[in-house]
Amino acid sequence: MSQALKRTPLFPLYEKYGAKIIDFGGWELPVQFTSILDEHKAVRERAGLFDVSHMGEVDVKGKDALAYIQKLVTNDVAKLVDGKALYSPMCYPDGGTVDDLLVYRYNEEHYLIVINAANIDKDVEWMKQNLEGEVTLENISPQVSQLALQGPLAEKVLQKLTDTDLSEIAFFHFKTDVNLNGIKGLVSRTGYTGEDGFEIYLSNEDAPKLWDIILEAGKDEEVLPCGLGARDTLRFEAKLPLYGQELSKDISPIEAGIGFFVKLDKGDFIGRDALALQKANGAPRKLVGIEMIERGIPRTHYPVYIGEELIGEVTTGTQSPTLKKNLGLALIKSEHAAIGTEVWVEIRNKKVKAEVVKSPFYKRGN
Amino acid sequence: MSELRDDLKYSKEHEWVEVLGDNKVRIGITDFAQNSLGDIVFVEIPEVDDEVTADETMGSVESVKAVSDVYCPVSGKVVEVNGDLEDAPEKINEEPYGAGWMVVVELSDPSELDKLLSAQEYDAFTKEEE
Repeated sequence: MSQALKRTPLFPLYEKYGAKIIDFGGWELPVQFTSILDEHKAVRERAGLFDVSHMGEVDVKGKDALAYIQKLVTNDVAKLVDGKALYSPMCYPDGGTVDDLLVYRYNEEHYLIVINAANIDKDVEWMKQNLEGEVTLENISPQVSQLALQGPLAEKVLQKLTDTDLSEIAFFHFKTDVNLNGIKGLVSRTGYTGEDGFEIYLSNEDAPKLWDIILEAGKDEEVLPCGLGARDTLRFEAKLPLYGQELSKDISPIEAGIGFFVKLDKGDFIGRDALALQKANGAPRKLVGIEMIERGIPRTHYPVYIGEELIGEVTTGTQSPTLKKNLGLALIKSEHAAIGTEVWVEIRNKKVKAEVVKSPFYKRGN
Repeated sequence: MSELRDDLKYSKEHEWVEVLGDNKVRIGITDFAQNSLGDIVFVEIPEVDDEVTADETMGSVESVKAVSDVYCPVSGKVVEVNGDLEDAPEKINEEPYGAGWMVVVELSDPSELDKLLSAQEYDAFTKEEE
């Protein structure tokens, strides 16, 4: 039985903007509007607008909400104050990753958790299984849309639509009920591109209107509508992990190089013992950046060798649109992870020479 | 939407073939193919003197997002390759039937050309595929 593909409230607008639509984990979403390279460049140099309404949102409320979320995720949610958000992995007892997510704190007893679209059912099930204390969970994903305006000119463009001083919203902070040309939304200074920018959560009904309004307001700045293709190349250059590639039930956050978001000193949480062991002894595998020395582009699941020894595989790879180099992220045995190590990527049955290099490949300047 | 040239022949794997005379043909990928792939950033094509076989892989094109095999629509020997593509693969996006050509092949079996599609047939084929 084939299941009907899901659509976001923005779907009816895609065609007008020239989108090429693909099946992305059961969703009909735009991979690009004009060109992945043009959209990527727009976000690095100006700004781009993404429909990310497929992302999931779970509302968590109750007297014990904080204790519950603390147990569920690896980062320290007690550090949050009202109006602040944090990024965190959520792990299984063995240290494998259930998902990576954002936690927004409205107040001590009320949070919003934002999860990956492909994981919504699994995550909500997991959250329910581990429910403790006086807490209510509500999967509000079907009612919530999300737009992401990303790039150095994002603030300038969005500020045209609101009296709220956006410069007051610091990185990983947010404001609720921001009035954007008559449309209310939660605005946070967060993103998945390695650039400055905002993510805007709003009602399904308002989302298509705001999409048009932002693109209109950003005409002079040449804001482009952007698809998932550019979103992927942007996050790749900034080494932001993608669940299913850099993270999975078989890949821990320590291995993926985001151990910073695993806070062992915050008290007990699911996966703590396994992750503590990996932090103390070093994880057997490590996520590294590689750059091709010989001609070829590394791609997801291509095997990585040193001589005859299989040492791991590529998790994501492409030709970096910003650097024009053939780059990859690879999960390899930790003993081979030193910068400068020569490795070989198997590309269509041929071993092609590459080198472990520093990552992230791209960091935004000030 | 995609551009076709009436004087070319086409394969179901989205290559075009231009008959040059002297038993030689020029080969590239179609406008439909480049458009489906998006921004092409990497090309692998055979070398001069390589033998190629009809319906077998002769190389690949890679866009930012994906890898796609290029099948040779005819059999024969490669006599010329478009070396510019190594540094400027985007020529395939810009001029799939012009500067984006890939190889010139000397045919070993000219009757293979009869199996290829006309512009009209290829157009109908891509519309079915969409």
